[in-house]
This record gives sequence, C-alpha cells and structure tokens, in this order.
Amino acid sequence: MMTSILLAGFGGQGILFAGKQIAHAAMEQDKFVTWLPSYGPEMRGGTANCSVIVADEEIGSPLVAKPDIFIAMNIPSHDKFKNAVVPGGMIITDSSLISEPSERTDIKKIEIPATRLADENGLKGMANVIILGKLIKETGLFDYDFFLDAMISSIPASKAKLIDFNKKALEIGYNN
Amino acid sequence: MIVFDKPHALTDVPFHYCPGCTHGIVHRLVAEVIDELECEGRTVGIAPVGCSVFAYNYFNCDMIEAPHGRAPAVATGVKRANPENVVFTYQGDGDLAAIGTAETVHAAARGENITIIFINNAIYGMTGGQMAPTTLPGQVSTTSPYGRDPKIQGTPIRICEMLSTLDGTAYAERVSVDSVKNIKAAKKAIKKAFETQVAGKGFSIVEVLSTCPTNWGKTPEQALEWLRSDMMPYYPLGVYKDTTKEGE
Amino acid sequence: MKGNEVIAEAAIKAGCRHYFGYPITPQTEISETLAKRMPKVGGLCMQAESEIAAINMVLGAASSGKRVLTSSSSPGLSLKSEGISYIVGSDVPCVIVNVQRAGPGLGGIQPGQADYYQATRAMGHGDMHIVVLAPASIQEVADMTMEAFDIADIYRTPVMILADGALGQMMEPVDFEAREAREIPEKTWAACGHQNKRAHNIVNSLYIEPEALEKIILERYERYNEIAEKEVKYEEYLTEDADIVIVAFGIAARIARTAVNKARAEGIKAGLLRPITLWPFPEKKLLSLSDTAKSFLAVELNMGQMVNDVKLAVENKKPVEFYGRTGGMLPSVDEVYEKLKEMSAKL
Repeated sequence: MMTSILLAGFGGQGILFAGKQIAHAAMEQDKFVTWLPSYGPEMRGGTANCSVIVADEEIGSPLVAKPDIFIAMNIPSHDKFKNAVVPGGMIITDSSLISEPSERTDIKKIEIPATRLADENGLKGMANVIILGKLIKETGLFDYDFFLDAMISSIPASKAKLIDFNKKALEIGYNN
Repeated sequence: MIVFDKPHALTDVPFHYCPGCTHGIVHRLVAEVIDELECEGRTVGIAPVGCSVFAYNYFNCDMIEAPHGRAPAVATGVKRANPENVVFTYQGDGDLAAIGTAETVHAAARGENITIIFINNAIYGMTGGQMAPTTLPGQVSTTSPYGRDPKIQGTPIRICEMLSTLDGTAYAERVSVDSVKNIKAAKKAIKKAFETQVAGKGFSIVEVLSTCPTNWGKTPEQALEWLRSDMMPYYPLGVYKDTTKEGE
Repeated sequence: MKGNEVIAEAAIKAGCRHYFGYPITPQTEISETLAKRMPKVGGLCMQAESEIAAINMVLGAASSGKRVLTSSSSPGLSLKSEGISYIVGSDVPCVIVNVQRAGPGLGGIQPGQADYYQATRAMGHGDMHIVVLAPASIQEVADMTMEAFDIADIYRTPVMILADGALGQMMEPVDFEAREAREIPEKTWAACGHQNKRAHNIVNSLYIEPEALEKIILERYERYNEIAEKEVKYEEYLTEDADIVIVAFGIAARIARTAVNKARAEGIKAGLLRPITLWPFPEKKLLSLSDTAKSFLAVELNMGQMVNDVKLAVENKKPVEFYGRTGGMLPSVDEVYEKLKEMSAKL
C-alpha cells in the first residue's frame, strides 16, 4: 500500500506544517514516509506545496506528481494540480477560498469551509488543522485519537498553549 | 663571550631574502618575542603567499601555509580550534591589503584573538615589483610604469588607521625597521601585540614599514632613505589603537 | 527531520565541534541547526564573511587536528574550490557538504546534480581528487555524514557529501545509532603547538622543487588507489536479470527506482545500479554488469555528466543512453519509464 498526498496553498497557511503532521503520524505507525516541500525565495505569501508519501514498502521518488489525495487551500494551486489527481482519487478543498470545485467526475470531491470555520471559532490561521480533521474522517488513513496524540506529541513544550487550539481545530474538521 | 646568537624560535634554514630586505629583521624580532614569552611550544604561525611564503621553514613553531590573502581566516580556524595556542600571521601588503582585505577586516571585526604582523613595503616583491594597494601616489612599479596615478589606480590604503575604527581591534601600531631606534620600538610593539593576545584581549596588528631594494631599484641604503623620506610621511608611525589598558 | 538538519546532527554525533559556513539556499538549515546545537555541546558554529573565508577557517581548524565541517550550495562551492585545492595539497581531512541547486551562475534554487563534474573532476586546481559520497535517503544522509569524517581522517583527504536541494529539504525517518565507527589514526601531523616535545609540524602545499612535488603527488595517488580499492560503494536493485540497467545517484536514483518498478510491472526487465561513491566510481561493477545487461541508461538532474563515466566503465561493450532534466526540474517517473520503453523496443 502506498498513498501519495499533495498539499498546496499560499505560504503562511501552514501547508508544510499540515504535511509534517501526516508524516509524523505515519512515522509513529512505523510506516515508510517521505515529506518533500517545494521551497521558494519568499517566506510568506508565495505558493507553497509539499509531497507526503505513506507506504508499507520502500519509497522511490519522494515527489508526488500524481496524488491519490490532493489538499487545495487556494485557487492557483487548485487550478494547477486538480487534473493531476489519479482517477478514483480525492480532492479536499477549503471551500471558503475555492468557490468552484473541479469539474472532474472520476474523483471524490470533499469541500470544507476551513478558513471560515477557523475564523468563527477563534482559531485564526488553523484552517490547515481543520482540513487534517476532515482528511482523517474522509480517508480513514489514521484513527482519530491516534492522530491527535501524534500531533500533540510533536508540539514542543514551549508552545504547549497551542495544544488546545489544535485539538479544537482537528475536532471541528472531523465533525463538519 | 657571545656576540651573536639566534633565537630558538628560528630554525637553522638560511633566509632566502634579497640583500637589504628587512624581512630577516622582522622574522628575528618575532622569534625573539616568542622566546621571551616562552610560548614557542604553543605557537602556531600562518605563512602568507608572497616573499615570506617560506616563513614556515624559518620559524621553529608549528606552521601552516595559507592560500593568498586567507591567513587571517586560517588563523581564525586554528585559534577557534585550540584557543590555548598563540596564533600569528605574517603577511605582506598584497596578501593582507588586496586579495585578503575581507579576511583581514572581518578577523578584526570579530575581535579574533590573533596577532598579525603586516609587512608594508609598498610593492609586490615575489612576483617582481608590481603595484601594491600600499604603493604611493607617483611611485613607479612594473604595473604603474608612469607612476601610480590616483585617478586610475586610486590611493593607498592605510591599514592601521582603517582597522583602528573597528571595535574588535584591541591593538594597532605602525612601526619601522629603518634604524636601531625604530627596530627596538618595533620589537616592543610586536611583543605588546603578542601579549595582548596572550591576555585574551583581542585582535592585534603591527604594521612594519619595510624596504624592498630589489624592486624599488635602489641600494639598501637608498631604500632606507626612501622609506624615511617618502613612506613615513604617508604612513605615520605610532599607536593607532590600544584598548589593553581599559578596564584595568 | 529534514536532510539538512540531519547533516548537522550527524556531524555532532561524529565528534565534529567546528563548523564554518556562509548562508546560501537550499542548505542554510545546516548552519541554523548547528548555530543552535554547537554551543550546547561545547562546539563552534561560525558564520564567516564569505565561502572563501569559511573554507580557509576549515583549513586552519582541520590543520589543528579537529573534525571540521563546512557546507554550501553550488555557487558557494565554486568559491570554496581554491581552499579545497589547498586542503588537498596539504593532506588535511575535512567534510564538505554541497546541497546542489541548478546552475550555472546564480542558476536557480531548485534541486540539481550539475556539479557532478566539479565534484568528481575539478573541485580545485591541480592533480587531485576528493572522495564524493552521494546519499539517496535521509538515513543515508545521516550514515554518510558520519562515515565521511572517518574516511577523511583515515586517508587525510576532504570528503564531500554531494546532496541536492530535494534531499536537503526532505524528511524521512532516521536512526542515528545504525552505524559502527571505524578506527581512526592519531593526527601526529597536526599544527597545534609542539609543546617542546617534537620537531615543528608544517602544514603546507608548496613544493618549489618539482622532484619533491611529484613525489608527494605520487604518494597521494597511492592513497587514492587504496581508496578506490576499499571504499567503492553502490546499491543494486533488480540488476541480476536486467536487460536495461539504469545508473543514477541521489534523488534521481529514487525516481529511477520507481520507474524500474513500473517497467517490471509492464514486463520490461529493468534494474538499477546506484553509485553511492561517485569518486571512486563503481566502474568494475559496471563493467561486470555489461556482461549481462543489454543496455544502460544514465538518469541525472543535468545535461549528461555521469553518463560519460558509465560509458568509460562499460568500455563500449553495450550502448549507454541518457535521460535527464536540468535547471531545477526533476524527471518524472513516467518520463523515465517512457525512455525505458523506447530502449526496450530497440533490444
């Protein structure tokens, strides 16, 4: 089994962080994992994407060109990668930022207004974690509690006050 | 009765320097200081590229030969690796003030606890008399055959003055080896520079006005006279910075 | 952990306490990690004024007998090449990391392998080699960084980790305890002060007499022969019955491996030989593979550099083809597969 995930959006949306959470949880399961970011000269606001592969066997190319799962957090990224998703694959979009879903019919399309939900719940900037909640719900890649524990364990002690926010965001994503 | 003895910090290898060149005097002064401070066993010297490239054969302490201009960076590596070492570089004007300007300035800016012995003879010696960054306006060299023209080649760099503006420089003095009196003063300065390092007070540099009779096209005596009449007015002797007394 | 962070951590594990560098993308995390970690282990992470100064600080600290690391990316290596030549000429061990980006010039900041020639042929002026290791996974990045310090000390040579932007930025699980350290000779040659107990040591690359210089170089080349004898490393994947053997290193080998799997699934007998040491190059292995393979395909992130070493190694016995992308582009698995298909049709 090998699952290729592509996450894309603007820099600053926590795309790389979300990818790392998936990679970290998979590592806790003793899976083979790769996490490969795109990197650009801008620190904020440019497009950011990262490839995550979770597998039961050794992983060859770490670059995800044809994702099984594509998480889109802005329109340019959605336009760029929506047709690369393998038939039978899945796109999860932040529908508060991407109003028009892909016209493709051979894939599963999941929408969640993650940015709006984050803002409404005092979780500004945590749309990425809300989307992770949705990902778990829709794919069953991880058990909810297992993923939550893995995520909490990756938060450094100096940022412990963020644990509750992350927990709440993951929960909102899972239940919406 | 002993009328002449060689410092222990010098090897028996005969110097290769031209007649009338002052490198030999400065080598000896450095070696005498190392003897007097009894630090030969923990001293590491860095040789440059230029006439004094073979300095590694002449000093009895451990020696490293650096790429052209890079001696202060090499010295930084040595000192940071073994802070108990006494580390000095011995560099000419092309090495220190042209190709190695960045390494020199930044070693001083960091306050590297090293000592630089800077030989300023206003010319490239080893490659045969080309213009140096310290060549005087109007001075003839093989690459300034009509005399250095400041409009084309700019003006000479006064290293001690420049480095003394940096907070990291603890001690900067310009000396000369043209007379017995000045040689004695030069030795005092070199000793002070080494002591500054041993006391952990930071970057020290002694600029030594020197002669190059061969490439200046002068006899040794004429060369000493030219050093006094032409170099000294442009490069005044003296202490440019001394923070070693501060905080005592 | 990211590849760059792993390099930093592995260097500390290997006993390196002195790092000198200058910021450049995509390897800056090495400096940043060491800036945090070195003070905690009593070490030094020094940001120099230039790559030139950094490599010469390496020369100084390594001449003093310490384990020393520097890292940069392609344009920075060009600047370091002067110092590297002096380090080779002075027989000083050190570890140099090149997290390659695309060139020439400022080029781009995306991954590349176009410094293959520079690393294996011309990392400095003069008759010289350095050992070049090419990891393809983050575990290998860790193991090889530690191994590099051992090889450097044993043979008194610089060792380069030739990675690329993708490996530097990528994360994979890693285990730092997986490797056995080797026996390291004492550094009796180091310039660290003779303490009045021995003659003075001179660390030097200048030999005015040609007879003396030739002798030194011949001695060094004997060491190179020993390295070529003992240190060649490669990985084989499905080469035994392969008609087409891909030769690829680093991140390109990861892509090639996936393409081999795809080709096998479609009935094409492909395999992969992944050189782990680029210098010394696994030429003997390639020559022996030319008995069974029908053709070879070099896959690189450049316009074709290692492919010429493959051609030399197989001595014209079998055709050698090339597929590569450059400028920071990664070849896709499909592109490599299509090339295999095309070659398979010609068999």
